[in-house]
This record gives sequence, C-alpha cells and structure tokens, in this order.
Amino acid sequence: MNKVYNNRAWLLVLPMLILVSFSAIVPLMTVVNYSVQDVLGPNASFFTGTEWFKTMLNDPELQAAFLRQILFSFTILAIQIPLGIGIALIMPKSGWQASAVLILITLPLLIPWNVVGSIWQIFTRGDIGLMGWGLRQMGVDYNITRDGTDAWLTIILMDVWHWTPLVAMLCYSGLRSIPDAYYQAARIDRASKWAVFRYIQLPKLTNVLVIAVLLRFMHSFMIYAEPFVLTGGGPGSSTTFLSQSLTTMAVGQQDLGPSAAFSLIYFLVILLVSWVFYTTIMNMQKDKNSQGGA
Amino acid sequence: MSYQLENTQQGEKYNTIFSRTTPAKRRKRNARSRLRSRVLLGIYLLLMILPIYWLLNMSLQTNSEILGSMTMWPENLTFDNYIGIFTDSSWYMGYVNSIAYVLMNMLITICVALPAAYAFSRYSFIGDKHLFFWLLTNLMAPPAVFLLPYFQLYYSVGLFDTHIAVALAHCLFNIPLAIWILEGFMSSVPKEIDETAYIDGYSFPKFFVKIFIPMIRSGIGVTLFFLFMFSWVELLLARTLTATEAQPIGMIMTRTSTASGIDWGTLAAAGVLTILPGILVVYFVRNHIAKGFALGRT
Repeated sequence: MNKVYNNRAWLLVLPMLILVSFSAIVPLMTVVNYSVQDVLGPNASFFTGTEWFKTMLNDPELQAAFLRQILFSFTILAIQIPLGIGIALIMPKSGWQASAVLILITLPLLIPWNVVGSIWQIFTRGDIGLMGWGLRQMGVDYNITRDGTDAWLTIILMDVWHWTPLVAMLCYSGLRSIPDAYYQAARIDRASKWAVFRYIQLPKLTNVLVIAVLLRFMHSFMIYAEPFVLTGGGPGSSTTFLSQSLTTMAVGQQDLGPSAAFSLIYFLVILLVSWVFYTTIMNMQKDKNSQGGA
Repeated sequence: MSYQLENTQQGEKYNTIFSRTTPAKRRKRNARSRLRSRVLLGIYLLLMILPIYWLLNMSLQTNSEILGSMTMWPENLTFDNYIGIFTDSSWYMGYVNSIAYVLMNMLITICVALPAAYAFSRYSFIGDKHLFFWLLTNLMAPPAVFLLPYFQLYYSVGLFDTHIAVALAHCLFNIPLAIWILEGFMSSVPKEIDETAYIDGYSFPKFFVKIFIPMIRSGIGVTLFFLFMFSWVELLLARTLTATEAQPIGMIMTRTSTASGIDWGTLAAAGVLTILPGILVVYFVRNHIAKGFALGRT
C-alpha cells in the first residue's frame, strides 16, 4: 500500500510512545546503569566499566544455561512447527465441529503459566499423577526429581502440549484463507495430496509460519514459570534456563551489577535473532510485492 | 480419417483420466482419508485433554482420596475444595485482582494501540520503521530482565502493590503485540475508504470511531483475545509488583504448600478456576479466531 508521507502521524503514535517508554526505556536505563557499576550500598558505588560483562561471559554456569536454552528452543521448534502444521491440516473446516475443536485446542494457551507447571507437576508425580503412575506400572523408572533426562523430556513434552496449539491455530487460519479455486484447479490437474500441500498450502503458510517461529522462539527463550514450578530447575541444574538463572542472581543473591550485565547480554541475543527474523519477513514481503507488481 | 483418429486418441486420453478412479471409488477414498484424519485428531485431543482432566479429577476429590488410592474418576464426589476457595476472601480476591489488572491492561492497551496502528498502516513519517522495530524489540524483552528496575520504578512513584502497576507493566509486551496485530488488519482495509470518508466531510475522529473501527471489528476482537491471554498468563512481573493488596491468583496458589505437605485438592481446584475465564473468552471470539490468528496477514 502506498503510504502518505505525513509527520503529523507522530501525534497518533505519541500516547503509545509515552506509555511504552515509561515501561521500557526507564527500566532499561536502570539496567544499563547497574551493569557498569559495583553497588555496595545506597550511596556507595563505583564505576567498573565492562568488567561485569567479561565476568558474565566467562561464567561456566551461565554458558551451560545458555547452551541448554538454545538446545531447548530449537528442540521445541523442531517438534512444534511440523506437529502444528499437521494438526491444522486435519482440523475440521466448518460447522459446529470446527468451533468445538478450536475451543478445545486453544485451551492450553489460556492457562496461567505457573498453573501449567502445577498441572504437569501433578500429572507426572509417581504417586498421584496419571502419567507418572502409568509409566511406573509399565515398569519405566520415571522420576523427574531425580533423573535429569526424565525432567528434560517432561519439560519438552509440557512445552509441546502448551504451545503447539498456537502454531496449529496460526496455520489453521492461514489454510482457511486459501480460496477454494486453488483446490479445484489442483483436482483438475489430478495433483496428489503431497503436491497440494507442497505447492498450494505450504507457500500460503509461509507468512504465518514466520510469525509462529518468531513467537515460539521468543517465548521459549524467556521460559520461566513452567520449569520453575515443575522441576525448580533441577535435578541439579539440568533444567535451569536463562530466565531462572537471572532471577536467582538478581532477586535471590541481590548481585545487581552482574545480573544487570547478564540481562543486557540476554536481551541482546534475543534482539539479534529477532532482527534476523524481522529483516527476513520484510524481504519476503518485498519479494511478494515485486512479484505481484510484475 | 485423421480427424477421427485424433478424436479417438483424445477420447482415450480423457477416458484414462476419468476411468482410473470412478467417482464412487474416489468418494470412498475421500471418506477413508477423512476418517483417518478424524481419528488422528481425536487421539491428539484426547492426549491434550488428559492433563486437564486429571486436574479436574483431583479438584473433585478429598486429599485423603487423592493420596490414598489411584482413582480414574472421583469416587466420593466432593465440592469442598471449591467451597473452600469461594468462602475465603484471601483466595477469591486473587481472582478479582487478576481479572482487575487484566481488564485495565486491555483497556489501556487498546486505547493507545488503535491510533498508533492506524498511523503505522496509513502514513510514513520520520523514523517510522525504526520505531516499529523498537516496538517489536519490547515484545522480545524477557520479563526477568525488568524485574528489579520495575520494582524500583513503581516503588518510587508510589504505585507498588496496585492493580494499575501490573496493568502498566504488562503494557510493555501487550502494546507492541496489539499494534502488530492491528496494523495487519488495518492494512487489509482499502485506503479508498478513508479517502471517500474524508471527501464526504467526516473529520478524522468521527471517521475513525464511526466507520473504521466497526470495519476492523474482528481484528479488535482477536487483539483483545491475545491481550487477555498474555496478561492473564504472565506471573513473573505481576508477582514482583504486588505484595498483599493486588496479589494475582497465581501467587496465592503457592500458599497451598505448607509445612504439613501440599494441599493438592485446593491447588487443583484453584487451577481449574484459572482455566474458566479463558474458556469464556475463547467462546466469545470463536468465530473470529480462524481469520484472526493469522494476524491479518495471509
């Protein structure tokens, strides 16, 4: 769409800008301020420069948490995206069944994150949980408080349960926007199901899939409440992700300087990845527009 | 002669196309594949519901039944856990607090996001692209980063432990999200509509409220759904910014673990009650969801 050049549009943006600045810029400046100082008391602090950043980048515990975080984010993306597309493809297309399935599928998305943790904590307990009890009956030695692998797999399973619906819903709405004529043309061409998916459905889904990957990456990278309630980061530190390390450091140990430096590094990593995604989206839209114009 | 040959050849070609699968066969194959997808979907839904069912199941049992034996459904149905929550003001105020800040946040966000999204979708202005990217970066800011500064900021302006503090804090990620979604919907409304309205003598505010907002109704519905969702489920910031007066239900739920063990029944009942508002919201927007989840861009 051709946009009109008009700087009075700033007036429309202004209320939003004031509000978001209040909740984003002021706190962020506080973080930057702390990250370069050693705060010893209310009036005793001195400038340390980049020292905290160096300490944080070389901290083996944080490096481990970072690697765990990356592994986690990519694992759940690799499971959730294909699974979400698959579910979207088999969801009913109209009628009361479609509404019923939609309502059921969105359910996990609207449960508070700590309650999601509680649900899975209850569900996986060996004595009172259906899954934990069931696995034990089958002879599987399953215990998320003792076995790191079990805890890790359970968190992956929980996240898949929790967030696949978002991917499925995004894909479902993408699929609904494909005109029927495309499918009719494919039928006349006697296209196979795979061909219909590969050449009609998947291209139409690219835009929503980018949104899905972006949202899923962001949220999985900030995951806090669910593993915190389910495993508390344990056993050991096998399921301690970045947010939890940060909260422990900032609130638990009150290490203002290091945790502020850590915050900034953390934020910058997410920013970098999101910038890559953002430019990808923009370029894709540009490509599409130029194709449409040609 | 040659004409006839060509004709038969063509006829044969078409024949092979249609004869390989008769309509009856094709219908049968379609029915079979539909049945298969229904079964797969059914299995997924069943697995998905199972943890929630288990929570519901436990919320309807007494603690002794929960711990005593493995029962697939409550054998001695009891509503004591729910009655306990509804008669204790320190419990049910948690729900009131949560709903209060979520509603405040939705109201504030939609009021400032609508004009901003309009500006982004219709005008280009100095720094618009940078501003939009900066907005999206806020969506990506981990709440854990802002914990301490938020506490200090809201404490120093005297908003600590109020609903509005949580509502404002959630604006951090909800305003960018709302603008992102609304911008997509607004861009799909043709610009000619604006121009026609201005020619007809509408002022901008009148056009915006009377014509434009009704046109993107479903977009607004979907936006509100997302705003509710992300504000309702967030706990880290809400917990940090409140102490006693505005404590969210998620925080109150941690009280169920005491020295004498965890009160599983009450915990489960409280959990079930946090799911209900979500079901209500999905029910209201169910007809827009399919269109709207694509955030207006497909």
